[in-house]
Formats: sequence, structure tokens, C-alpha cells
Amino acid sequence: MATDAPPKWDRKMQQRLAHGEAAALGELYDRFASLVHTQAQRVLGDESGADRVTREVFGYVWEHPGAYDPKQGSLRSWIAALTHQQAVERLRRAKSDDRSSPEEIEEKVRAASAAARADYIVTSMPAPLRAALDLAYLRRLDYRQAAAHLGVTEDEARRRLRLGLQLLSTAHHGPRVTAPRTHGGAR
Amino acid sequence: MSGTASETRRPQATHKVLKSLLGAWALAACSNEETAAVEEHLTDCATCADEAVRLRDAVALLHPEDSLDLDPRLRSRVLASCLARRPARVPVPDWAAPYDAETARLDALLRDIGEAEWRAPVRLRWFDGERPVARDLSAAAVIGHLMAVDGLVAAALGLPDPVGPGATDSPTERTEALWAHQAASGAPDRHGPGTAHAAWRDQSTALIRGASFAADEVAELPVSYGAFSLPLRDSFVDRAFECWVHASDIAEAVDYPYGPPAPGHLRHMVGLAARMLPVALAGRRRAGLAPPARTLVAAGAPGRTLHLEVEGSGGGHWYVPLDSPGALGSPEGTVAHVALDGIEFCRLAAGHIPPEDAAVGRTGDSEAIEDVLLATASLSRL
Repeated sequence: MATDAPPKWDRKMQQRLAHGEAAALGELYDRFASLVHTQAQRVLGDESGADRVTREVFGYVWEHPGAYDPKQGSLRSWIAALTHQQAVERLRRAKSDDRSSPEEIEEKVRAASAAARADYIVTSMPAPLRAALDLAYLRRLDYRQAAAHLGVTEDEARRRLRLGLQLLSTAHHGPRVTAPRTHGGAR
Repeated sequence: MSGTASETRRPQATHKVLKSLLGAWALAACSNEETAAVEEHLTDCATCADEAVRLRDAVALLHPEDSLDLDPRLRSRVLASCLARRPARVPVPDWAAPYDAETARLDALLRDIGEAEWRAPVRLRWFDGERPVARDLSAAAVIGHLMAVDGLVAAALGLPDPVGPGATDSPTERTEALWAHQAASGAPDRHGPGTAHAAWRDQSTALIRGASFAADEVAELPVSYGAFSLPLRDSFVDRAFECWVHASDIAEAVDYPYGPPAPGHLRHMVGLAARMLPVALAGRRRAGLAPPARTLVAAGAPGRTLHLEVEGSGGGHWYVPLDSPGALGSPEGTVAHVALDGIEFCRLAAGHIPPEDAAVGRTGDSEAIEDVLLATASLSRL
């Protein structure tokens, strides 16, 4: 479930967290834990680090529900940004402990940020592009099979695959992952 | 072959077609001939070569599996660590914690399984008092069943009853009524697994929330199941147990791994089943399915007892009065001893294994042991 919840859900959740409702915390976890854990794991490449980031992120949101500003974007994008910050900090610490050079650390952080931006782009790009990419990448269909599967022309399937990858390629130099949700909507 | 020479030879349309193939090419999603043609073109055409590199790099950012299954134990660890940092003003009551954890686990399973897997037939098994029975259902129907019976608890909390106002208390009749309602409101496929999942999840989160806000005031409220009733706090444990049982039925149908509940929660479930045994025994006697009590014991007085020892995760000792639900079970009155693993006991109580097949250590009165094992299996129902 990659898409943003309705803004009303976000605001209601924020109020319930502020009120100190443990049941709301459970619902927040159920909705976002997989996003947080996957993103952290992608940056850190290790499961126990991702577990710790997950604990930190939910701990922060639970302690500071007021820090979320609905005007700045969805709760989901805010949590994704928190996760990225936490994971990158942890990565920097881990790398400076193992005596990597500052250049190596920055290179790793750069790659991790691109990966996180890519995740975010994929989950927020227009659904037809995402569906085409999923068929070609995850299910290993060629573009003709993908076209048949999607019920579009072969031309259109080729166009979607190319456009999807073009969007994705902006992750290498794009803005921070905190970009609001219009990010992947551009054509 | 020089680049400029072949570029001038190539008609414009070919460049356009080859360019349109770049995405598919980067994803290795075109034919061998097309791949060869694109690669030949790339040696000639700088703009396409540039784009090809960028798209190839973009493919490297994709990755195969997005939702690796989260360890369900992580949820309780994360939530506990949050609550240690800032205590809840409205906590989830202890007696609702197993239900909270089990419904979250089933929710995660349902989000993970694909559309095709929703169509896999799910086999439900239970013990009808005399023999094991089974029924194959769709996952959506199983979710409907959970929702229909959870509705008893919803009604007790003053929340809307999914079966409708004035509905029957019998879990089986409620389930049939909800299925009939689902069937009437559209083809099951169009009604869709997504709808069943969302409706069930909305109700289960509402139950947890309702329990949290009402807490002490409602813990002892009786919830009627028709043939018997349970205090609300026990009813939440019963619903957690059934959620686990049916979640593992679904998981089995789609070949997903599904572990047991957390040991603390399992212990609540085992304890509830053990406490329900005297009433189940009495019910079997009334139905003529078990021999009459050997001795009459005044209510509250100690009587013949079966010592139930549950080992492993969620284990403990229970003293089950054999003569009547009102009698007192005690170590001194023990005439039989039964030892079995916690998960095995739960599988027995869920009707998933016939009593004669349960791996049980037994000493003492064999008739008492058989009665109790049959009564345990009889706790199960659709």
C-alpha cells in the first residue's frame, strides 16, 4: 500500500497520537512499518540496523506528533523523510567507526540517498508507468507481453517503460527525499 | 564500420524506433534482434548512447522485493519502546493485547498475499462433538466469518454490529447470515477480497480502540455466544485465538509461514481454554456425549480433578474439576494427569487434530482423560 492516505486520515492520526492513544500508535505502525523498515534496510543493508531505525522513527513520531505539519505534505512523506535522516545518520556513524575515509562515507551516503529517492519515485509515479515497470522488471515480461497484459499497444508499452526509467533516473541527482508528493507526478 | 557513415545511411524512422526501444532494452525486455539493433545503434548515436547509460543506471535502482516480511515480534518491541519513551494516556488494556497483536499479524498477511492467492480454497477444520469436520471456503469468506463473530464483541461495546441490529448470538448463524448478505450484495469476486479485508480491519481497529477507551468499565460485561457467555475481557482473548487459528488456515492455503502468538499471549489463550473445560464437559454430559459425573459435589467444594500440564511456550498448570463446573479443582483431588505442548493443546482446542491423535502424556484415570480431551476438541466450532 504505497499511496498516501487521505489528508483527513493523516490529521486524525496526528490528533490521536497527540492524545496519547496507544491504539493509534499500533495503527500507525501497521500502516508504515514496512515503508520505514524497507527504506532503512536499503540505506543500511542490514536488518538489525533497520530494526533500530524503525524503533527510532516510531519513537520520534510518538513523542513528537506535533512536529508533523500537514501543510508540508502527507504523513507518509514526512515519515519517509524521518526514516531517511535516521538511516543516513546511522550509516555515517557506522562508517566512521569502521574508519572509512570521508569520501567513501559520502559516496555511500550519496548512493543510499539515490536509492531512497528511487524508492519514493517508484511508489509515487503514475500507476500506468509503475505497472509497466513491474511487469518488465519483477515479472520479466518482454515489452510485447507487457503490452498484451496491460491491454495497450506495443508502442505505448515501450513509451511507458522508457518514461518510467527516465523518471527514475532523476533519483541520481534529484532533490532530497523530503520533496512533497508532486514529485513523481511530472511528465 | 565508422559511426558517421552508418548514421547517414540510417533513415530517420529507424533512429526514432530504436530510441523508443531504449527503456525496454535497458530492462532486457525486447527480442534478440531488437537488442542487437539497439546495441549497434548505440555505437553510432551519441544521444541514444547517453540516454542508454542513464536508463541502465536507473534499472540498477530498482530492486526485486519491496515488502520483505517484517518479523511480527518487531511490532511489540517497537511499540513497547515507544511507550517507554512516552506512556500512553489511553493504553490498550492487557486483555486486548493478544487481539491487537493477532489482528495486526493477519492484516499484514492479507496485505502480502496476491490477488491469485485470495482465490486459493482455505480449509477450515473443527470438531463437531463426535468427529472432525472440514469445510473449504474462500479467504474472503473466512474473513467474513471472523468479522461476523467479532461483531458480538462490537455489539457489547456499543459499536455497530456487521450482521445488523437484533442479529442472533450464535456464531454459526451469524456467519451464515453475513455470508448470505455478502452474496446478496454482489458476486463474491466483485465484492472482492479487498472489501472483506478492509471491512474486517476497520472493525478490529474499532474494537481495540473501543476497549482502550472503555477499559475497566467493560472488562466484565457478559458477551453472549448463544450457548454460553464470556466476560468481555475473555471474549477478546477468544477472538484473538480464533484470529490466529484462521490466519494460519489462510497462511497454509497460500503456503506462507505463520508462527504461533507471543508466549505471553499464548498463555492467555491456553488459560482461557482450560477455564472453559468444566462447562464444555458439562455440556457434553447434557448432550449424552460423555458419561455422567461419578460423584456429586457441592458448588465450591473440592472434587475429582484433572491436572492439565501445558508445556513449552505459553505453558502452565491447570486443575480442571471433573464433576461439575461449580466444583473446585485441586492438586489433592487429582485423579489424572495430562501433559502436552502449548501449541498442541491449542491445535486440539481449535479442532485441528482429533483427540486420539494428540501427542499427550497421560497417567491416571483414562476415562477422565478421554472426556477432557474430547471436551477440549469440542471447544472448536466453525
